[in-house]
Amino acid sequence: MDLFLDILWIVVKIVAIVLPLMLCVAYYTLAERKVISYMQVRIGPNRVGPRGSLQPIADAMKLMCKEIILPRSANKTLFLLAPMLSIGPALAAWAVFPFDEGVVLADINAGLLYLLALTSIGVYGVIIAGWASNSKYAFLSAVRLGAQVVAYEIAMGFSLVVVLIASGSLNLGEIVMAQQGSWGFFNWFWLPLFPIFIIYFVSGVAETNRAPFDVAEGESEIVAGFHVEYSGMTFAVFFLAEYANMILISALTAIMFLGGWLSPFHGVPILGAIFDWIPGFIWLLLKTLVVAFLFLWFRATFPRYRYDQIMRLGWKIFIPITIVWIVVAGFAVVV
Amino acid sequence: MTFEKILFYVFSVILVLSATMVITRRDPVHSALFLVLAFFTSAILWMLLEAEFLAIVLVLVYVGAVMVLFLFVVMMLDTDKAAMRAGFVKMMPVGLIVAGTMAFEMFLIVGPQYFGLDKFAMPAPHPADYSNTEELGRVLYTVYMYPVEIAAVILLVGIIAAIGLTMRKRPDNKSLDPSEQVKVTKGTDRIRVVKMASEIKQEAK
Repeated sequence: MDLFLDILWIVVKIVAIVLPLMLCVAYYTLAERKVISYMQVRIGPNRVGPRGSLQPIADAMKLMCKEIILPRSANKTLFLLAPMLSIGPALAAWAVFPFDEGVVLADINAGLLYLLALTSIGVYGVIIAGWASNSKYAFLSAVRLGAQVVAYEIAMGFSLVVVLIASGSLNLGEIVMAQQGSWGFFNWFWLPLFPIFIIYFVSGVAETNRAPFDVAEGESEIVAGFHVEYSGMTFAVFFLAEYANMILISALTAIMFLGGWLSPFHGVPILGAIFDWIPGFIWLLLKTLVVAFLFLWFRATFPRYRYDQIMRLGWKIFIPITIVWIVVAGFAVVV
Repeated sequence: MTFEKILFYVFSVILVLSATMVITRRDPVHSALFLVLAFFTSAILWMLLEAEFLAIVLVLVYVGAVMVLFLFVVMMLDTDKAAMRAGFVKMMPVGLIVAGTMAFEMFLIVGPQYFGLDKFAMPAPHPADYSNTEELGRVLYTVYMYPVEIAAVILLVGIIAAIGLTMRKRPDNKSLDPSEQVKVTKGTDRIRVVKMASEIKQEAK
């Protein structure tokens, strides 16, 4: 009976994380359309609800009611399994995410490794979708994305190793606490590990398959890539997974390089006292939103990378820099 | 029966079933995907053994990287399934002999006579703050320092050898050199100013 209650309590906590997250994902899509519209001197969606605020709800209803088309020569089981495999890891990764000091679903001491493992299996959804659709475009996209993700995962893994060396812990909560200091904003890892901060975020953009690294979608070359055969809810799940991953990468960047839930003015003489009452969760949310905004800004600003340049950036530039910084961070910690 | 025991049996069944599927499915892509499931399930079993570092690294390295590349190759192969099954009956006796020998050898070395609670006492569960990662790191970088470094060097040699064997320079292959590209100057490399005499407007005929 106790066991049953424990499991029920965990399920309640999971729902308390996933429901707001899904709402964030829905409104992130609206934010994307609005932000890009304003950057391009347009208005964007403004018909459903006041100033278009109900647009995501309308989109969700539309996608849910649409027919799910199964291509005749597709592998049906894998075709339907692929969207689930892509959203599963995107949601499961939130289990180790600390929302405030001690507010975390699973406070495990290998949190960073767990995150790396989950982001690395997220690629299966796309690869299986590409293969099971039995379509040339989808398959080309799966091959493109697979190679890209494997390349950037290494850079991402190495930059997390640098964070691990600097903080001395694999637990995300302890990584945040390691950034606390009397200098506030300037104690966070973005400053001492500046190149790694940039590499982690850019690799994150590449991992989530967003512009300017979105060759897996490449509308102009391969129609829409891996989800070209998907319709209705199956497509929507891929869409949700992509945005959930973007929010995850933003939140992780905030945790690992921007001090997580710490106040930027902590320890500063006058400002520190003024801002210390704000709960940590608000700071974390603000930081996440700033990083999430960058994703949208990139999409409106940069043209798509050429494929060989993506590979060159990943293998020949990011990985050597991260390896050098592992040595630098090692020296800095030991000496 | 404790909760962990139930978990152990559930995941063991999944592991054995998926391992069987790996060798019985006809489509190699299905086999590879069942192998992924088998890796994942054995990672969960390791997690039950409190070896969380090994479990997560198994997922990270084998599921996340090795099997992705493996799937790539398998997906792009245009396998002729009929040809793969040809000669099944002819090869069967040899296969059975090899499989039987291997099973017997494994029985001799890692058979049930070496295991059991009387041979190994049940390990005591570790306290909650025990970090498998830290313990492994401590042992690997002190006691097993040389084996770790030698293994790393052997792997590096393997990588370099593989690249050396497969890389060939093809002179007819066109490629861009970004370090040359960024050197262009706007004034002279991209624009050529041509001086010419001004033309006289032709008279309409």
